[in-house]
Amino acid sequence: MAIRQALVGGLAQSVIDLNGPGRYVHWGFIQISVANLVVIALMFVVFVAAILVPFPKRRGEDR
Amino acid sequence: MTAGSGEPKVDVQADGPEDAGQWSAKLRRAAVSAFPPGRLLPDRQPAYVASWIYVFGALTLAALAIVVLSGSVLAIEGPTWWHLSRVGLFVNSMHLWSVELFFFFMVIHLWGKFFMAAWRGRRRATWITGVLSFVVSVAAAFSGYLSQQNFDSQWIATQAKDGINATGAGAFFNVLNFGQMLMWHILLLPAAVGLLVIVHILLVRRRGVVPPFAPDPGDLVEPDRGATAGDPTVARMAAP
Repeated sequence: MAIRQALVGGLAQSVIDLNGPGRYVHWGFIQISVANLVVIALMFVVFVAAILVPFPKRRGEDR
Repeated sequence: MTAGSGEPKVDVQADGPEDAGQWSAKLRRAAVSAFPPGRLLPDRQPAYVASWIYVFGALTLAALAIVVLSGSVLAIEGPTWWHLSRVGLFVNSMHLWSVELFFFFMVIHLWGKFFMAAWRGRRRATWITGVLSFVVSVAAAFSGYLSQQNFDSQWIATQAKDGINATGAGAFFNVLNFGQMLMWHILLLPAAVGLLVIVHILLVRRRGVVPPFAPDPGDLVEPDRGATAGDPTVARMAAP
């Protein structure tokens, strides 16, 4: 169990290091955490994909 | 009672002629007139709804259902359970991440409806209830941060108090009063969000999903196919 926890914990830490203060972006009077900025960027990506990616058609549907 | 086509017909008539003036009969007639069963729970949607951007309202509702369910389990078990037990930590995380997804989907739904100008066609009330749902949801999420029962919630409360007090809302919304914030979070604000969402969905059913903007007349002609006046998709898109 300890080995499994160490493996899983190590993997998570290698992707996102949560041991330390958060990282922030400063742009004039705007200050935002990198985590929130990533979420907003993801929302933009999903929004654009929702418009551009074709919706699946029913079998035999011709439109 | 069935109609000639075999479809069941909804009986909205009063039991007797003398009962027709009762409030229950009037309310029943008004409700069935505004929301006939086929409109309340339709089988099909217009052709223009076949796009991923129309999916995010339903995704928001699905996330809200998980928020309510996981929150109900947390309310039953209590803070010691959600802080210390493994299952409690899992349900606590599920509550957090379903809220994250709730807002994620709701914002994309908001962007989509904004660029569609979804208040068109007598849908202003639908738009307004959506906006109110978003604003009240922000308050609900904020009171959730204050109800965690840890150092994070204490930090957020002490940081927020001056801002809230500056608005004057501190007179009845004291972020340092944990008991009050918990009651806002698990009763008043969820009830408000639930009510607004129900009204929002009923209005969507009443007015229908907003159609795309009508294309320019020149766009309806495709050189290789000729005029597309007979195309049912185009006909629906051009309809007001």
